[in-house]
Amino acid sequence: MSFETIIGLEIHVELNTKSKIFCSCSTEFGAKPNEHTCPICLGIPGTLPVLNEEVVNLALKAGTILNCEINKLNKLDRKNYFYPDLPKAYQTSQYDIPICRGGHVDIETDGVKHRIRLNRIHMEEDAGKLVHLEDEGVSLVDYNRVGVPLIEIVTEPDIRSVEEAVTFLRTLKSMLEYGEISDCRMEQGSLRCDANISQRRVGQDTFNTRVELKNINSFKELQKALEKEEKRQRELYTFGEENKIVQETRRWDSAKGKTIPMRSKEDAHDYRYFPEPDLVPVIINSIQIQEIKEALPEMPVEKKKRFKVLYSLNDKEIDIIVGDKALSEYYEALVSYGTNPKTGANWILGNMLKLLNEKELETNQIPVPPNALCKLTEIISEGKISITAGQEVFKEMFYTGKSAEEIVKEKGLSQISDTKDLERIIKSVLDSNPQSVSDYAAGKTQAAGFLMGQIMKASKGKANPQVAKALLDEQLKQRV
Amino acid sequence: MNIEKMTARSIRRGIMEKQFTAKEVITSFFEKIHEKDPAINGFLTLCREEALVQAEHIDEKVKNGEQIGSLGGVPIAIKDNMCTDGIKTTCASKILYDFIPPYDATVIKKLKDADAVIIGKTNMDEFAMGSSTENSAFKKTKNPWDLERVPGGSSGGSAAVVSAGMAPVALGSDTGGSIRQPAAFCGVVGLKPTYGLVSRFGLIAFGSSLDQIGPLSRNVKDSALVLEAIQGEDKLDSTSVKHSITKDYISSIEKGVKGMRIGVPVEFFQSGLDDEIAASIKESIEKLKALGAVLEDISLPITTEGLSAYYIISSAEASSNLARFDGIRYGYRTEQFENLDELMEKSRSEGFGEEVKRRIMLGTFALSSGYYDAYYNRAQKLRKKIKEQFTKVFESYDLILSPTSPVLPFKIGEKSSNPIEMYLADIYTININLAGIPALSMPCGISQAGLPIGLQIIGPHYGEDKIFKAAYALEQELKLAAFHPML
Repeated sequence: MSFETIIGLEIHVELNTKSKIFCSCSTEFGAKPNEHTCPICLGIPGTLPVLNEEVVNLALKAGTILNCEINKLNKLDRKNYFYPDLPKAYQTSQYDIPICRGGHVDIETDGVKHRIRLNRIHMEEDAGKLVHLEDEGVSLVDYNRVGVPLIEIVTEPDIRSVEEAVTFLRTLKSMLEYGEISDCRMEQGSLRCDANISQRRVGQDTFNTRVELKNINSFKELQKALEKEEKRQRELYTFGEENKIVQETRRWDSAKGKTIPMRSKEDAHDYRYFPEPDLVPVIINSIQIQEIKEALPEMPVEKKKRFKVLYSLNDKEIDIIVGDKALSEYYEALVSYGTNPKTGANWILGNMLKLLNEKELETNQIPVPPNALCKLTEIISEGKISITAGQEVFKEMFYTGKSAEEIVKEKGLSQISDTKDLERIIKSVLDSNPQSVSDYAAGKTQAAGFLMGQIMKASKGKANPQVAKALLDEQLKQRV
Repeated sequence: MNIEKMTARSIRRGIMEKQFTAKEVITSFFEKIHEKDPAINGFLTLCREEALVQAEHIDEKVKNGEQIGSLGGVPIAIKDNMCTDGIKTTCASKILYDFIPPYDATVIKKLKDADAVIIGKTNMDEFAMGSSTENSAFKKTKNPWDLERVPGGSSGGSAAVVSAGMAPVALGSDTGGSIRQPAAFCGVVGLKPTYGLVSRFGLIAFGSSLDQIGPLSRNVKDSALVLEAIQGEDKLDSTSVKHSITKDYISSIEKGVKGMRIGVPVEFFQSGLDDEIAASIKESIEKLKALGAVLEDISLPITTEGLSAYYIISSAEASSNLARFDGIRYGYRTEQFENLDELMEKSRSEGFGEEVKRRIMLGTFALSSGYYDAYYNRAQKLRKKIKEQFTKVFESYDLILSPTSPVLPFKIGEKSSNPIEMYLADIYTININLAGIPALSMPCGISQAGLPIGLQIIGPHYGEDKIFKAAYALEQELKLAAFHPML
């Protein structure tokens, strides 16, 4: 019996606004605990919310990018529950009427295209954070995040594999980044993903009991958590113990590498949603939607097409570069300074990504500015240094921030292109390898390759290969 | 000179014309408070020091020939559910017994801008839930007309201190009648403005879609004067009025009621209404007719069902609004607890009083999944119908006139064991909050036992100007100026 996996995702996205959803506090990440708070976001008695219009604009933008239907008459609702990170004891959210309905994201896995439908997008506020000091036996609350605006994007259960889930999230992330809706930093929690997963027999058209996975903070964790849960569920089905799969919420524990039960359906809250009486309805007009459509930035799909035509890169190169907004912007800057498009792609996809990975940096934190990398590619193409030396220079630039010229000078990496110097080296190599010279004379042309290697060795890799090869050919001819 | 008998308008004039200083005014009122309040228990907190500093500041202005605000030097008492920066604001609840707000409510800011002097915070039913001020966690306020009787509620403290001459004006809040009913019980003027006319920012919420701040005063003009100072759009309250409003009521207040069409709903004169009250209202109706107003019987049938809709909606909103009082960040926290849930449960169980807990449970139930449609949704539909009914009446009438309360001030303890009977005290006032329209209660007579009777004038949205005109005309006709037993 073969099974298929059914996955639906709920993605919380912190919006790119300067201030919070209901007050003027900053949304900036990384401030001292409770630095970005005021009586309003702290829910001090008597305070009232006023909706930040930018939140509505960004939600509309997301809805437009993701092909949703926009709801014109909107309200906000209160979701009531007690928890110390929620100072009003209700989260202001949208319940039965979300700002966007439907929509879809097209993804591609193994060359096959899939359309993942969306159920809805709604606006809401984020909660604070509890910090548990185990040693001191106390818990502290940081309310900086409370009131940071979010949209929640809910998919239909259209995802059929772990790979599709990861690809969907990557595609969605890049669309949201391109739309400047969120900075989408999973490690900072500005993009968070909950996953619903269940199994069914191939051919079955109903759904079986699903499990919700929470606390997934990276693509790697999404993949691992889904794989683990898929395996757990399939094993239970295989041994006829599918009744052990209950509708529950399980927490992904990345340290232990497994999912742990958090709460069952019976423990589910009754959130007692009702319309937020402190806010007035949010009415969207057609002009607003039109303005957003007209001001939309270029999306990944369009950029991919453009890159193909303009830079003649292959699909794989385009996927990686365009898939990351910051990387694609870097690439275009590099090319605009004059680097050959193919060369530029090679540098980014090879050395650059490797070093970013090593240093655990994001693509918007590249320490080598594009004009500096362009200068390096220029020095190489002019033959001033070899490609091998160039890679060493790049690494140095990456770690020290020094310019290519500086490093070349300091390390004495300049290529020997001077004919006289090279002729001297070649002469001494030929003199000390008479056998190879006579081999060459006898028609064994591969001897030239050996001699070229010896020249590079004698010059400590600094000989300009093109110039040296020409001079070698010339001298060999003379000796034959 | 008896400053404490003076109206707010004459106090300001007196200060401006240098008949007396603001400091003398404040000192004189504090003397009155020390004399009267031990028997009345109207105040929870007094702000003598702050008030004197403010008074000196106003006197300085007068000395320098500067203009003073529209309430320059006028002492004002504030119901203890409006946040005052640095001054305890308790909602008469144990759960907020030590709460000191870090900010001023918008109305407080506006009062300070108008040079009013805040003299203290007044007693109330806990979280404004009640009709007798007996639900205060701290003290029982007495009715100045009869110390064995309640002052009404929930703004009972504000009504009592104005009635007893301890303040010329006060602010109250009205969710279902909480300004008008105590105004009626204490023989003062109380206005619940149109929902949205006065900012709610800084008013500790009970029923957010119903709550409205308004003035209590000893005459109609003072009511208009205070409303002019506190009304208007507030960027901090999304539900506050966004269009232009009447800024000056007083200049046209004396224009009279000639030709005004006033509807009298027959449903408001049926069983349950005290005979003396009915008779007194009828007298006023005749007086208004004599002044040239046209009074006709009308029907507002659905309003009898308003009471249940009101208790569902206000309790539902309250259950959510009062959820933040959990002992974590401010206010009362239980002494003994084992874990987080117990901390919150015990703090709430010990911190809230009986009536508040009753309404939280009612509201929580009404919003529960499976019951939402039968209760909350149905109540909202009924509310819409009630609104429509009032809108329809106001197509043909300028105002509606009715009693404020079906009963005269009752004795302390008389109804506190029967919540339903207590809820019925609001039967004529709650529909006005559901419809979001303005209404004013004014004294219209005195019962044989010497208790004040209140008359309610209801207007269309933003029809405060019409209400004031009618109320002023009637006030002049009734000659009730010297109406206050404790002055």
